[in-house]
Amino acid sequence: MRFTKDHEWIELEGDVAVIGVTAYAAEQLGDVVFVETPEVGKQVKAGDNLAVVESVKAASDVYAPVSGEVVEANEALADAPETVNAAPEAAGWFAKLKLANPAELDQLMDRPAYEAYLQTL
Amino acid sequence: MAGHLPSPLAVTLQSEPFVPDIPAETVLKTTPLSEAHAALGAKMVPFAGYSMPVQYAGEHGGVLKEHLWTREHAGLFDVSHMGQARLTGPDVLTAFEALTPGDFQGLMPGKQKYSLLLTDDGGIVDDLMAGRPEPEGLFVVVNGACKANDFRLMGERLAGRVAIERLEDRALIALQGPQAAAVLVRHAPETATMVFMDIRAIDAFGTEAVVSRSGYTGEDGYEISVPAAAAVHVWTTLLSDERVRPIGLGARDSLRLEAGLPLYGHDLDESVSPVEAGLAFAINKPRRRRADFPGAERILGEFAHGCARFRIGLKVLEGAPAREGAEVADETGRPIGVVTSGGFSPTLRQAIALAFVPPLHSEPGTRLQVIVRGKAQGAEVVRLPFVPHRYVRSL
Repeated sequence: MRFTKDHEWIELEGDVAVIGVTAYAAEQLGDVVFVETPEVGKQVKAGDNLAVVESVKAASDVYAPVSGEVVEANEALADAPETVNAAPEAAGWFAKLKLANPAELDQLMDRPAYEAYLQTL
Repeated sequence: MAGHLPSPLAVTLQSEPFVPDIPAETVLKTTPLSEAHAALGAKMVPFAGYSMPVQYAGEHGGVLKEHLWTREHAGLFDVSHMGQARLTGPDVLTAFEALTPGDFQGLMPGKQKYSLLLTDDGGIVDDLMAGRPEPEGLFVVVNGACKANDFRLMGERLAGRVAIERLEDRALIALQGPQAAAVLVRHAPETATMVFMDIRAIDAFGTEAVVSRSGYTGEDGYEISVPAAAAVHVWTTLLSDERVRPIGLGARDSLRLEAGLPLYGHDLDESVSPVEAGLAFAINKPRRRRADFPGAERILGEFAHGCARFRIGLKVLEGAPAREGAEVADETGRPIGVVTSGGFSPTLRQAIALAFVPPLHSEPGTRLQVIVRGKAQGAEVVRLPFVPHRYVRSL
């Protein structure tokens, strides 16, 4: 699993990557009540808006950590957005991307680097 | 991932619509309960120039749980950022009518009244509570973000008639929810005989207190003003009751939204009249007859001929919550208004909003649209409040 400074995680499964927000992000967001997931087929570049997550009080953008094409969105979040709080780094995933350039993953932090980064916040 | 304001996620909560922008260099004030909040692991945010708890930590913390606890049990709120003052003078009740549309000459001792500070054009400077806990004078509570301007205005307009004693050495603690009365009666037996909008000066918690049976959640409950030095004792005593949990500003906002209560600076401002805001009840009958309140010409004109816009409640029928600033359109997609407060209702488990639209579109049942991030989502006008008030109006 790799991480961004904006608190997304990405995990490679073959040539498809699963993307979500970290446990730290879920804790900061508070109770998630709505998730807007991307359309399948959408092309995104690293840093583009991928999804929107709404807590009781605030809306926050989720950015694509890498470039690619959306091949699946987590439709279960429509009825159970609280999954983002309950299992942010597992069942609370947002979308799966077919990577355009797997080398982009090398730009991202591994877990020790991300945890060191959290200590600086 | 980040908030829509250019801020990292770590400060997402500061982009919440109810938090006014405060320059980073501003030193935030603290309430007498700031250490108590820290001990409870509260997440603190800037609000009205104060560092205030937006939600608390632990398994019972978070906006959703705090909100639902208040609806089912009793929630404890620090609202010490609000402006408290005692107004005195031989004709203080008459004098206060120069700034407000309330019948303060008719306000009985032991009662308080919701009222409005109005501009000379009938716009809303602030909304407030003013009561008579003692035979002499008026005890006034105004919004924290407005208090400097409010008391300056009162000082200018009531000079020579009224002395304004700002009570900055007092805390204000709200206890709200269906179990609030049963909790408070153990510490203040006199409160059992109070009804909604009663206010009394009593001895409780080993100190003197001004207690009103009112609040900002739609629930039964009390607001308790005590000397700052007694605040921690009152707070910890009430929290030691297992029916009571601490509630932050996040749930305070979602509770008042469900109760259909407007928030100054969002649903109300100096361009909005009481009639537009659905607060016509604050224009008391003797004042209507006398037409002697600020902005009477505009406001009485709106009673007679209608107004251009009206504050409504919307249920968002699909999609994301519509928040402050979201456009409202009619069924054909024509823009007709704007959302002034909005969010997710924990009680109704759906998105709700307050918005201003022309009266033609304000009837309950009217189908409208809200535009969220460019997408039109269905919405329906509903009668306010979204969640019924449970005030105790008689014993």
